[in-house]
Amino acid sequence: MARTVWDSSVGKKTVMAVSGVIMLLYLVAHVIGNLKIFFGPEEFNHYGHWLRTVGEPFMHYEWTLWLIRVVLVVAVVAHAVSAYQLSRRDIRARPSKYVHKKPRASYATRTMRWGGIILGLFIVWHILDLTTGTVHPGGFQEGHPYQNVVDTFSTWYGNVIYIVAMLALGLHIRHGFWSAAQTLGVGSRTRDRALKTVANVLALLLTAGFIAVPVGVMTGVVS
Amino acid sequence: MTYTDYTTGEPVADTKAPSGPVNERWDKRRFEAKLVNPANRRKHTVIVVGTGLAGGSAGATLAEQGYHVVQFCYQDSPRRAHSIAAQGGINAAKNYRNDGDSIHRLFYDTVKGGDFRARESNVHRLAQISVEIIDQCVAQGVPFAREYGGLLDTRSFGGVQVSRTFYARGQTGQQLLLGAYQALSRQIAAGNIEMHPRTEMLDLIVIDGRARGIVARDLITGKIDTYFADAVVLASGGYGNVFYLSTNAMNSNATAIWRAHRRGAWFANPCFTQIHPTCIPRTGDHQSKLTLMSESLRNDGRIWVPKAQGDTRPANRIPEDERDYYLERIYPSFGNLVPRDIASRAAKNVCDEGRGVGPGGQGVYLDFADAIKRMGRKAVEAKYGNLFDMYQRITDEDPYEVPMRIYPAVHYTMGGLWVDYDLQTTIPGLFAIGEANFSDHGANRLGASALMQGLADGYFVLPATINDYLARHPHQGEVTDEHPVVQEALAETQDRLNLLLSVDGDRTPDSFHREVGELMWEFCGMARTDSGLRKALERIPQIREEFWRRIKVPGTGEEFNQSLEKANRVVDYLELAELMCLDALHRDESCGGHFREESQTPDGEAARKDDAFAYAAAWEFTGTGAAPTLHKEDLVFEYVHPTQRSYA
Amino acid sequence: MKLTLRVWRQQNADADGAMSTYEVDGVSPDMSFLEMLDTLNEELILKGEDPVAFDHDCREGICGACSLVINGDAHGPERTTTCQLHMRSFQDGDTIDIEPWRASAFPVIKDLVVDRSAFDRIIQAGGYITAPTGSAPEAHATPVPKPDADLAFEHAECIGCGACVAACPNGAAMLFTSAKVNHLNVLPQGAPERETRVLDMVAQMDEEGFGGCTLTGECATACPKGIPLVSITSMNKEWLRATRKVAKR
Repeated sequence: MARTVWDSSVGKKTVMAVSGVIMLLYLVAHVIGNLKIFFGPEEFNHYGHWLRTVGEPFMHYEWTLWLIRVVLVVAVVAHAVSAYQLSRRDIRARPSKYVHKKPRASYATRTMRWGGIILGLFIVWHILDLTTGTVHPGGFQEGHPYQNVVDTFSTWYGNVIYIVAMLALGLHIRHGFWSAAQTLGVGSRTRDRALKTVANVLALLLTAGFIAVPVGVMTGVVS
Repeated sequence: MTYTDYTTGEPVADTKAPSGPVNERWDKRRFEAKLVNPANRRKHTVIVVGTGLAGGSAGATLAEQGYHVVQFCYQDSPRRAHSIAAQGGINAAKNYRNDGDSIHRLFYDTVKGGDFRARESNVHRLAQISVEIIDQCVAQGVPFAREYGGLLDTRSFGGVQVSRTFYARGQTGQQLLLGAYQALSRQIAAGNIEMHPRTEMLDLIVIDGRARGIVARDLITGKIDTYFADAVVLASGGYGNVFYLSTNAMNSNATAIWRAHRRGAWFANPCFTQIHPTCIPRTGDHQSKLTLMSESLRNDGRIWVPKAQGDTRPANRIPEDERDYYLERIYPSFGNLVPRDIASRAAKNVCDEGRGVGPGGQGVYLDFADAIKRMGRKAVEAKYGNLFDMYQRITDEDPYEVPMRIYPAVHYTMGGLWVDYDLQTTIPGLFAIGEANFSDHGANRLGASALMQGLADGYFVLPATINDYLARHPHQGEVTDEHPVVQEALAETQDRLNLLLSVDGDRTPDSFHREVGELMWEFCGMARTDSGLRKALERIPQIREEFWRRIKVPGTGEEFNQSLEKANRVVDYLELAELMCLDALHRDESCGGHFREESQTPDGEAARKDDAFAYAAAWEFTGTGAAPTLHKEDLVFEYVHPTQRSYA
Repeated sequence: MKLTLRVWRQQNADADGAMSTYEVDGVSPDMSFLEMLDTLNEELILKGEDPVAFDHDCREGICGACSLVINGDAHGPERTTTCQLHMRSFQDGDTIDIEPWRASAFPVIKDLVVDRSAFDRIIQAGGYITAPTGSAPEAHATPVPKPDADLAFEHAECIGCGACVAACPNGAAMLFTSAKVNHLNVLPQGAPERETRVLDMVAQMDEEGFGGCTLTGECATACPKGIPLVSITSMNKEWLRATRKVAKR
């Protein structure tokens, strides 16, 4: 069955849809956690610590977090590899363009590929910045996420990268969520409107929620 | 000797129809037919030319039976055959409505509708098989219209008083054709059919008196090839495109049947052409084809013209008492539902009187105002929405607001290659099915009967009868390209194409097609006269001569060349047109779609002359422009006794 | 009307193509688009030039042969087939670009004519119900609820013209394939082959080199028969269902 799925264009779209939904669920949790920053360093840092102790005493320290990380990495890789292979197929299927060009489809649809690449690059930067601290501006302090976040968004490029990526994320989710619903066969004539609304609301809330943090730092609400 | 001095040859000796009660003949024939051992069928190759309802269903069924089928169509896919454009429906004597229908009534209606010029045995078989066709198509997934209870819906159709027409909105032909195409596709995938799309048959190969193959041109590369078989089936459709403007597809053509005719297959009743009453009128000289509006529109639409000549007021300004609902007036019991030939001629008559409407006065109104009042716009929309949309797209007029304008157009040809009860032509091993043969409709075809005949021939009749031929004529040894007959056929085809390419004159293939078409419409169209037909017969050889002097075909024969394809088809129209006129001239009576002005009743109806013309006229080719030989097949009516058709 | 046409000319599959410019005069608004091309071709023939090759047959919007991209739109500006497009949709003095369907699964044969045999092979892979002639039960043996029959019909209306592929930025054949899958899978007669049909047809579609679906919706917008985008969703559902079912066997 795995072979059938992976070998088929429809199957690969299913992989994209499922991995996309997994990432989306993660993002919902992520944005809720992020918003805790508005309640002060103590609460935010405590939340950061809690993430490592989730599931104890059943799980060992950081086991749950690593489990989530593994699932996420698998999802990201599956999503990206499928996207890459499907895009290759798509480009091969339509090698020559029309001489008479016309703007097509919605902005979100057309920016799925570029948006995806931007998000991929962003994830790398984001991890190097706030998880490993490799490219963090100023001294990265393990266990002090609040200060680390404030540091990042105290630089102009940190804000630009983040905000651009989050706008890309919004557009990506807007088409991606609805598209995943179609791929998984849950769309229908009667449900189409509802699905599109949910997609728009999700995209808007997530983007707004994430962008609230750098805006908070920039305006001094978070410092 | 001029062309009109035809000779009368031996009458048709035997149609192979079994004797006995008409309802037992088909069973009897099937039982008496020899069978080919299933294990041996693979060794027999059958060529099928055409993939419409008849060809598609025949190819699929023969392949299912185990024969090796080699099939051809000029289109890029078998799914595009022109059967796809049939709108209205398909008749079947299911009597689901409990309205008094029966196989015998369908048989009776078809013989009567054909104005007593069809062979009873064949028509009865058609009516019998009609029932099985519906079963077959439903099993294939053809989405016929259904009632809320989940059972099949039917409607009534022009010329009959029972509701026996099954339909799939206005696209019945499309759905039936796709059913056959899908069955065909299954056999192609299974390796039982070798399909050659974009390949056109250009000649028939007859060796030792038997059809053994065809010459065909690959329309992409231009390569001319030969294909050999144990039997050849022509399912290439009718020849209505002789008229240039018709409801046929642009590339529908008569080449396959005409080339077969030239090789010895008799051509029967070529003058029997059907003019369909409800087509969209032409808009100008640029017109390349005519579009039919389903006859089902006549169920609810009312046909009228102004009472006064030259009344140019818009339709809605003409008060009720100044309108002439002429069909309802002349034929009170059938009204707007009279058979096609009668409706067409009546439209021509009122237009000839100067009461036609629209540009050039070549049109009559088909008015839905009353239907909309009675049923509501919604119901009319549900029933005819797609037809109304089509009309609006073509004419830019809204038929919900202003009446449609319609005018008759060439639609179907009842004539075709003469075939016996087995659907075999006069060349052993050459079969003709569907519109390509002359078999079942006599002088006029009833609505929704073409689909029925195409599928009856292809699914049920031919697969039963061809067995008998193949069993009785076992393998004759391989034919190869080296055979002198094959060499000659190849050379003839090549020479003809080379000649077309080398004339380099100053007229296009279309210009000749248009010229002969206009001539035919004028003199061999809805009404024909002795003097008109003679005029046409004088003119056609002149056009032919001019054609070979002035034709211009660009490009070469070794490439995709649509002008060459067209020119080659026009060559055959220029010969077939002549035979049609001769047939119309010789048949000095009116019957069905053939109306001779000299032969009409005092009130202008077609007057048959049963004493002199109760026969099918099968013509034998004797040479281009040479007087052909007429062979008569006497028609015997044991069950449906000829009467003057009355729809009044 | 007087028009300037820019037409894709390509001698054969292997040759390079380019746009050529032609002027046509005396165009009537009542002409169909193809009749306008007829007049151009008549002139070209008389001038001894090669006429423009294009596919066309029934000219009443049902055979699916005609296939032109007009000003970047498959079948032109109206929602119909090229043959049913009339010149009243254009203005005097317009420049009109005419190109063939473009997709690697639809190679150009000549000028505006492309090879769409890939569609036939998709149907051959499973777009049928196995019902050999003579084996059919009585037509009323299996009632089909009207909504199902109507849904099947709506999908069965596909004319196989390929506008969906031409319009899709990925050259995908999902709408075509889904139309046939849904037509047959909705009906009780199609149920026995429901799983293999969708799996085999999708596999063949991939095999032919069509692109994947990114749900841009261009196909449904271009479809002259109005096959809806949700048709693709239904096929995805069928495909997933079939994959699960077949895995269990």
